[in-house]
Parts: sequence; structure tokens; C-alpha cells
Amino acid sequence: MSNADLANLSDKLMLTTVVMYIIALVAYAADLGFGRRRAAVAEQAEAKVLVGAAGAEATESAEAAPGVDDAPERPAVDWIRLAVLLNVLGWGAHLGVLVTRGLAANRWPWGNMYEFLTAISFAAVTAFIVVMIRYKAQFLGAFVMAAAVIALGVANIWLYDSVGPVSPALNSYWIAIHVTAAIIATGSFTVAGAATILYLVKDRAESRGKVAAGGVLSRVPSVENLDRLSMRVTMFAFPIWTAAIIMGAIWADQAWGRYWGWDPKEVWSFITWVIYAAYLHARATAGWKGRKAAILSMVAFAALMFNFFGVNYMFSGMHSYA
Amino acid sequence: MTDTKESSTEEPGTDPGTAAPAARQAPGEVPRPTGIGPLGWLRWGWRQLTTMRTALILLFLVALGAVPGSVLPQRGQAPEKVVAYLDEHKTLGPWLDKFSMFDVFAAPWFAAIYILLFVSLAGCVIPRAFKHYKSMRARPPAAPRNLGRLPQSQTYETDASPDDVLAEARKVLRGRRFRVDVSGGAASAEKGYLGESGNLLFHLALLALLFALGLGNLFGYRGNVLLMEGKTFANSLGLYDQFTPGRAFSGGELAPFTVTLDDFKVRYEAKGDKRGQATSFDAHIRYRATPDGKEKPWDLRINHPLKVGGAKVYLLGHGYAPKFTVRDAKGNVAFQDTVPFLEMEPRNMTSEGVIKVPDAQPDQLAFYAILWPTAVASEDGKQIVSAFPGPIRPVVTVTSFKGDIGLDTGTPQSVYKLEGVGKTLRPVKGGQKLLEPGESFKLPDGSGTITFDGLKEWTSLSVNRDPGRIPALLAAILAVLGVATSFMVRRRRVWVRASAGEGGRTVVEVGGLTLGNPTSEFDDIVTALRGPDEEPGAEPDPESGSEPGGTDPDADRPSGPATEPKE
Repeated sequence: MSNADLANLSDKLMLTTVVMYIIALVAYAADLGFGRRRAAVAEQAEAKVLVGAAGAEATESAEAAPGVDDAPERPAVDWIRLAVLLNVLGWGAHLGVLVTRGLAANRWPWGNMYEFLTAISFAAVTAFIVVMIRYKAQFLGAFVMAAAVIALGVANIWLYDSVGPVSPALNSYWIAIHVTAAIIATGSFTVAGAATILYLVKDRAESRGKVAAGGVLSRVPSVENLDRLSMRVTMFAFPIWTAAIIMGAIWADQAWGRYWGWDPKEVWSFITWVIYAAYLHARATAGWKGRKAAILSMVAFAALMFNFFGVNYMFSGMHSYA
Repeated sequence: MTDTKESSTEEPGTDPGTAAPAARQAPGEVPRPTGIGPLGWLRWGWRQLTTMRTALILLFLVALGAVPGSVLPQRGQAPEKVVAYLDEHKTLGPWLDKFSMFDVFAAPWFAAIYILLFVSLAGCVIPRAFKHYKSMRARPPAAPRNLGRLPQSQTYETDASPDDVLAEARKVLRGRRFRVDVSGGAASAEKGYLGESGNLLFHLALLALLFALGLGNLFGYRGNVLLMEGKTFANSLGLYDQFTPGRAFSGGELAPFTVTLDDFKVRYEAKGDKRGQATSFDAHIRYRATPDGKEKPWDLRINHPLKVGGAKVYLLGHGYAPKFTVRDAKGNVAFQDTVPFLEMEPRNMTSEGVIKVPDAQPDQLAFYAILWPTAVASEDGKQIVSAFPGPIRPVVTVTSFKGDIGLDTGTPQSVYKLEGVGKTLRPVKGGQKLLEPGESFKLPDGSGTITFDGLKEWTSLSVNRDPGRIPALLAAILAVLGVATSFMVRRRRVWVRASAGEGGRTVVEVGGLTLGNPTSEFDDIVTALRGPDEEPGAEPDPESGSEPGGTDPDADRPSGPATEPKE
């Protein structure tokens, strides 16, 4: 296949990915909204999350779960299965987008903002799939799918760029290390952010006593588990983000002659890092635990998003590769 | 065996992450001082500063304080933009300047925040490091009275004597690299100090990183120089176009190296929608580390700097430098050199520059020139434009002036601009001409001739020395290792108590406490203690929070000793 064919295939796979994610999004939402499983099933799922989040994979009870699903009250449409199936298929297509793009350009497929955002949403979906397998966190699906669809939409509508070579400054093996770390961390932070939003929503509803039995929120795990899930994913992402910043500094030292120059991107990476650090500390501090810490985590996520969109389009700096 | 009780509960609200900072004092625990004198206040203030709440607020302030550093132009990054901003905002600008808003990262208030933060950090971490060191050497804490109340616990009976059970426990736990202490009919064991060590390492490495940054700022230097093809640069203060020394830098510390630029090449994408995008910059240089050292070649590229004499040389920018020869009215060569031109637009590198000929007789000559690297007619056919950044068809237009250039007054002049045009420098009538390489133009009034000899290029090089570079790198690596370790390794305690029960049997209680969440390691230990043949129906309950294959990184570790069946 020629490079042009590969580039074309990449664009087609992108369309496939988006369509599958949209269907998965609808199916996840339908499962949350009117999956006809009994409350007991939801509770069992919650117990699994609790157990899963408690540091172990509930392999055996996970095996048992579909059995309960298949019980007499099996719904006409098994939304969750449809959702997971399309999610995984979409993920495969998404991977294809990146691989074909990389092959067409003959380089790492994150040399411009379109590719970078595509890769970040891929990382977010991957992180979600891992979290789903490990902690039975299907309830996050609708949120992560929505984030991925929005990100891919933005990438295609506003950031699209045809296949081409990168600017010489990006032509370094560090792109494979620094940018990949940034992508993995950003994707994971997105999943943590989704869990935190759910935590805040459910916490608010609970404090107002508005969690109706059988409602959407009753199908979501307890606030403690949401909080813990978000913490765990953040704890995975934070060291990677730290490493991404440091490897960026090493690269900056190679390319620009200084390892830290307060370029807007550096400033906002630093701000993001500091707020996530504050969140990790706040979560262990009396008086800051829970809601306040969750809000800090949201602020950190907002800084992360601003670092991506705001910094590249509002300020001019050395990271302006868009 | 019969009578097996298994119980395991979750420890609410604790996580591995809480392990680290939990040692800081919670707010509100510091009593307000009453009548304690200045020393007491000082102590109170210190305790306040080292609380987690203060640290959190300082962290948040650092983040907040950094924001204007990205929103407003900064002197350190773009001084010309600061000047422009001050021009545009006559009232707001000076006020912002008063609060160092254009030098945020060198501002006293920003320094105050981060220094307070680091003092707070040091005040918390250093005592903790001592405490940790002591606890690593101290005996593991004695067994709590009721092991059944711990997050993980199991009880079983065995025929072995209590002493044998404890000896076995010591062996099993030692084999798993626990620190074990047997006293008072119970074995206490502890491991996972690495988690706290990593945590401390992370925070101490951040302190070291700050010091390394300071070191570089004090003793380093940074300079920029423009170097044209065929020219040599010797590392000395006077030859830099721009030089920023560290506060404690003295000029004599410049390494005496020289760099000669032989050839500079830019590759551009020639077709497709990325036509004109630069794909590589290559500067072929030769350098000597010392004046009489051996000359070596180097391929200087972006991402491929040259290390020489403790400094690093980087390729920063590039531009065109046309070569001109100017003869004066008498026919003598008054000027022959390459002249650096600055780009007017980055896309296709249309560039401008000036040629100053103070030696021309009888009148000094000067020229303003525009270069089109690839000259084509504009769409309306009225103008010349450049269609490509590479030099496919270079053309210059020169506009001639004569009179007094103004160099004799001693006031420094920019090499990119003519001074006194229309006053001391008069335009030469009919003195405009378009030249291709090799072409000459005789000024109509006979005051001289200019020849466009050909096109060369210049590069701008950045030279810097930063003695904090390697310490900063080491500190950063340690910080990452530290934070990763502290998140992965948790401290775990296990106690085994053996006491004589009814009927000559021995009751063995095992209790486990993990900072964070229960681990499957505990079950492995119990299994190892009991032996494989002594556990009917010992399948761990999936709801017990201690399943196999969990996220605990230690769960997969090879278990120490082989399980030994007991008699």
C-alpha cells in the first residue's frame, strides 16, 4: 500500500471509530438509564467494584456475574454487552487509525495536534478498558465514550491535518518517549476525571437524599468506591506525568539549549502537576478529604485540558506545533 | 483441621496514597499558643508552616502564581513583547510591572511562595526521614492484644507446640524478607519500608532539584551569536551578540573554543500540501576545544548539540546572507563580504538587509536590499514574491544611498538598519535595480558599482554552560523513582501469636495490617504457616478482599520459603 492509501485508510478508520464509539456511548447510557437488571445485580456489581478497588481482581465473582445477568429477567437488549463489544471494536479501529497514520508518515503518529488528540483519546479509551476489566467499572463507559467522541470530533473538525513530516525540532527519539508518556498520563487522567465527576454528582445527590432506587445514580458504585477508583487511576498517571515533564526537560535541553525555560506549555504542565500533587496530599489530609480533594482533582484536570487547548491556541511558545 | 475462622474486613478510608502524607499533622491539632513568649510563637509558627494544610495552600499558590507567567509576556522569554505590551497598556502596564508580572518566575513574591513551600517541605520531610531511619532499625511493633480486630486475620489450631509455630513463623516471614521479632509468645514482622523511603526520596529529590536550578542560575552563562558560512566564532565575551551571565559568573571562565561554520543546509518538503515546510537543518562545523587543539568536524543539528569545553552549542535559527562586492567611484573595492539578512516572512523567507560601505570614496555608500530566495511574479504580475523558502532562483533588489552613514560619530548602529535616510543619506536617483547572482549594477551617477556575488546562509548559535544540569537530571530521576516506589510499595505488618489451647493443641492467631488495602500476601503467609495438608476448605472467600492476582505489586513476588508440611 502506498503512503497515500494508508493515509486514506487511516481517515476511513477514524470514521469507523467515531461511529462505533457513538453507538457504544448510546448503549452504555442505555444500560445506565434503563438496563432492566434488578437492583441486586447492581449491588453485586458494586460489591465487585469495592473488592476490585480494594486491590484485587475478583476473578471468580466476575465469572459468576453473567450468570446473574442471564437470570430470568434478562433484558430484551443486553445493552452492556453491545456497549462493550462496540467499545472494543472501536478501540481496534482507533488503534488502526494510529498505526496506519504512523506508517503513512513513516514516523511516530503524534507529530501534530490532530494526531496528538487522537492518541490521547486512544489512551483514555485504553485506560478505561483496563479499569473496566480490573475494577468492573462499566458505569464509566458512557462518560469516557462521550469524552472520546468529543475529542475525536474536535480533532477531525478543527485540528485535522494531512499526513506530513514533522518539524525538525520534533525529529528526535524523544518524541517516542516524552510524548507517549504525556499521552498515557493524559488519557488516564481523563478516566480519573470521569470517575471524579461521577463522585461529585453522586455525593451531591446523596447529601440531598436524591438517589432514587433504580435511578441512574443507584446503578453507580458508592461514593467511596468512585473516590478510590479516581485516586487509583490518578496514582497511576501522576508518576507518568512527572516522568513526561522531566523527559520533556531533557529533550528541551537537547533541542533548545535549556531544560526549563518557562515556556507556556512548561508553565501549564507544571501547574497541572502541582495541582495533582495537591490533590494527592489533600486526599490524605483531614478536612480536605472527599469533596474538596475531588474539586482539586477537577481543577487539575481543567488545567490539563487548558494545557492542551488553551496553551497551543492562545499563547505562542516553543510548543506551538499546531 | 476443624474450627477455622476466617475474617477479613476492609480498612475504611485508607489508601496507599494516604500512606505517604498522613504523617503530617492534621489541621486543628496545633493548639494556639497562650503566653508562650517569642520562642513559643516561633515554634507555633514553625508547626503551622509544616502542616499539610499550609503545604496545600502553598502548592495552590505556586500554581496560581505561575498563571500570569504564561498569560502575560515575560522578559526572560520575549522581552520585545513586554515592551510592546507596556506601549499598549499605558496605565495597567506599569502597575503590572510593579508587581513583577513580566518577570513572574524571578519575582520576589514568587520566590517567597516557593521558598516557604520548600521550607515547609523540608520541615516535614527531614524529621520524617530520621524517624523512618529509626523505625527501620527498631524492632517491629509488638502484637496488638486482639489480632482478630485487624483488617486481615485468621485463626487455626495445630498440634505443633507454640514455640515450633513461632519458629516456623519466623522462618516463613524471614523468607519473605520481613523483619521479624519474636517475643512474649508472638512474632511481629514488618516490611515495605521502601514505600516510605521512596516517598522521602521523592521529596528530598525535589529539594535537590531546586538547589540544582539555583546552581545553574548562579554559575552558568548563556550567549547567542550569529555565524555566517565560512566564518569562525571564538568563545569570548566581545564576540557574542547577546550574553546573559549567571549572578556569580566571572568572564574569565569562558572555555577558549572556536567554531567554524563550513556549510549550512536546510531541506524543505518540495511537493504536496506541506511544500515549503523545513524538514531538516544541518550545520557542518569544525571546532577546536582549545586554540591549539586538534580540529574536529561536527554535524550540528537541532536535537544534536555540540559539547565542548564544558559548554554546549546549539543550532537555534538560520537565515540568508548574500555576498556583495562594492566598488567606489574610483573603481576600488570598498566592500566585499557576506551580509546577514533577516526574514520578513517565515513562509518563503523573503528577507531584507543593508550594506554599509563607509570606505567608499568620495561619498560613503549604503544599500537597502530585499532578497527573494525563489523569485516569481505575484499573481497580478505587478510584484516580485518568493514562492519557496529554498534558494531556487534567488533575486535581490537594491536601493542605493550615498552621503554619511553616521558610523564616524561613534554611536552604535544596528547592522540591519540604515540611519539618517533622507537626512545625511540621500537616495541615488535611478539607484534601484534587480540583481541575480553574478550581476552588477553601476550606479547612474557614477558613484560606484555593486555586485551580487552569490548567496550564503547564516545560523544563530546558542552557547550555554549550566553546572546545575547534571545534578538537576539526577534529582529528577530520583524524584520519579521515589514517587513510583512510594505508590507501589506499601508497608505491611504481620503478627503471629501461638498459645496453648484446649486438648493440648495450639491456637495460632495471625493478623495482618497493610497501609492501604489488604493484600493476598497475607493469605499466602497463612497458607505457608499452616502447610498445604492442614487446610480443608481454605479457599479464600472472594468477598474477603484478599483474592489472588490483585493489584498489589507484591502479590506476584516469589514467595520465600517452600511451604513445609508440619508433623
